[in-house]
Amino acid sequence: MKRVVALLMENQSGALSRVVGLFSQRGYNIESLIVAPTDDPSLSRLTMTTEGDASVVEQITKQLNKLIDVVKVIDLSVEDYVGRELLLIKLDSSEEAEAKVISLGGQVLFKNDSILNAEFVGSSEELDKIVTSLSESNLLEVVRTGLSGISSTSKTLTI
Amino acid sequence: MSKEKLSGAEALMRSLQDEGIELVFGYPGGASLHIYDALFKQQAVQHVLVRHEQGAVHAADGYARSTGKPGVVFVTSGPGATNAITGLATSYMDSTPVIVISSQVKAHLIGTDSFQETDMIGVSRPIVKHSFLVQKAEDIATTIKKAFHIANTGRPGPVVIDIPKSVTDPDYKFDYSYPKDVDIRSYKPVEEGHSGQIRKAAKLLLASERPVIYAGGGVVQNDASEELIELVNFLNFPVTNTLMGLGAYPATGDRFIGMLGMHGTYEANMAMHNSDLILAVGARFDDRITNDPAQFALGAKKIHIDIDPASLSKIIKVDVPIVGSAKSCLRQLLSELKKKESRLDKEKIKPWLNQIQDWRNEHGLNHDMLQNPSPSGKILPQQVIQSLYKETKGKAYITSDVGQHQMFAAQYYHFDKPRQWINSGGLGTMGFGLPAAMGVQLAFPKATVACVTGEGSIQMCIQELSTCLQYDLPIKIINVNNSSLGMVKQWQDMQYGGRLSQTLYEDSLPDFAKLAESFGHVGMKVEKPEELESAMKECFKTKNKLVFLDIVVDQDEHVYPMLEAGMALDAMWLDKETKTWE
Repeated sequence: MKRVVALLMENQSGALSRVVGLFSQRGYNIESLIVAPTDDPSLSRLTMTTEGDASVVEQITKQLNKLIDVVKVIDLSVEDYVGRELLLIKLDSSEEAEAKVISLGGQVLFKNDSILNAEFVGSSEELDKIVTSLSESNLLEVVRTGLSGISSTSKTLTI
Repeated sequence: MSKEKLSGAEALMRSLQDEGIELVFGYPGGASLHIYDALFKQQAVQHVLVRHEQGAVHAADGYARSTGKPGVVFVTSGPGATNAITGLATSYMDSTPVIVISSQVKAHLIGTDSFQETDMIGVSRPIVKHSFLVQKAEDIATTIKKAFHIANTGRPGPVVIDIPKSVTDPDYKFDYSYPKDVDIRSYKPVEEGHSGQIRKAAKLLLASERPVIYAGGGVVQNDASEELIELVNFLNFPVTNTLMGLGAYPATGDRFIGMLGMHGTYEANMAMHNSDLILAVGARFDDRITNDPAQFALGAKKIHIDIDPASLSKIIKVDVPIVGSAKSCLRQLLSELKKKESRLDKEKIKPWLNQIQDWRNEHGLNHDMLQNPSPSGKILPQQVIQSLYKETKGKAYITSDVGQHQMFAAQYYHFDKPRQWINSGGLGTMGFGLPAAMGVQLAFPKATVACVTGEGSIQMCIQELSTCLQYDLPIKIINVNNSSLGMVKQWQDMQYGGRLSQTLYEDSLPDFAKLAESFGHVGMKVEKPEELESAMKECFKTKNKLVFLDIVVDQDEHVYPMLEAGMALDAMWLDKETKTWE
């Protein structure tokens, strides 16, 4: 089962390497990982997705909590949450390609005679479908941010 | 009051003084010259010059384990830092408070592959509780304060402080003050156990008919022995200690059933396997304890007290996990039990205690081997430990290296006090014993300190014999010499058809007695069983000198009991021919 773990950590050098190092050190498989500073500049927020049963995720959150730089950890997937990621693509520029992007709910960000850039935002599954249906067009490059998530309950990941 | 102006190097030394540190182990180098100059100009902190940085960390670790106070190490950048790594990993695996202050190249040179540069923060990351790279001199005092707080609270562990040489510049002075308090928002260890969980645990304890208390290193580290003994006296339950927990409950105590696990006693392993309730305190169900986790004590409910939430239900799913310090939780448990004293039925566990006694009578360890000469006509390693125990009246600090001698010491020396037995249990670091003994002897100059070692392990840090001379450390080195890497050889004997691949020294060993003498110590060698006890006596009679007692023992002796891998705790080899399972 897919799990989404989010955490707040000190926004300082070395913190991210401790978190990432922990995953390889303890043999946890990470599917995606996304990190950025929060509105409180002393903190960064990291979201990771992993496959595993409840006991594996429990160990991961406990081990993450042990890191001195990690301030708070939650497993978003134990309750309702929304998860979104950003997909950026590069296509051979054409009228049809542009129409396809728009029909799939994307937004064209750049266009010239040869190149077209577009963005899509959605759940990971929606983006998988979009990539599949675009693969018939001349898809030159695909980049995804990995999942970012926020809980849909009154619980907040803040300090 | 005007603040004092200090340089970074001076601030470091002053911070250590303000933290109450009296002893530092280390080895100087280019990047740490400013620090060593500041060290030279003060008297409060004594420095012990080792012969290899690994020895410095083990010595600081031995100091920490025997006193409960953090051990402090100075190393230089590059090779100084990397040589400290094995010591750090040893400390990390056994959760001991050690602080390694490594010097780093000047800040502007970091990342340029400059001379003696190593990314110490990166290299040490997986084997430290935390680490700091000090960016400016003004941060030194708060960093030291935080480092000591982190190292010695919660589940203790090693902390690295990496300080670039430029940060210790003697010409840059600033206002120094040492912080009174420390507050780290993301680090608040919980001492008190959850009262609801304590109540649940008390209920299970009172209902149990076949209980075992399984106490580990956490009880020793947390100075919770008194509480453990009080609990045991109250309940009259049998107690087993882990390798790291030896001394937590006295080995000569009425309810002690020996060490458990890989080379645990028959009765301890049988009791765990057949119990209906296990109370684990400050132990972590590691693989040398559980054997196959899927077959581990299936009939037992499990209560687990540990300061580290990540230790709970990591290997073995437990029924009542309790996060908290051993000391607090045992106190809480005891007061809860006392409230329910009327429900305590000591008769109920009598058959169980009798069963354990039967197991002991059947296959318990023989503690009287000195009386019976071995058929091989050679000294047996078990006899060495029994003679050591007899001669020191069970009161010595014993450090050990790693291998068969370590297991024999754990099995046959009855440790009655916590912090008396000092060994590398988690990492299993050969070379630990002698430098660890230095740390203990420096902490307790008048105490009897013996290092039980083997001819393999001792050669891994033998250079420290020179340090022992410089600081007049009258350690007694008990070298259980079987001319082979005994524990590996035992596995090769048992599981690899006796193919002794690279485990024999043949005729390549030094004359250890002469070697010790060349370092200015006393060297002795004994080969005949009838000379063992008199040699041991003479060794400990020599009060003010280090004695290296080289004892040639039977090479073919194995450590038993020994668990059979992949099975439950009741599957043991009891000797070369006898096993407990079909």
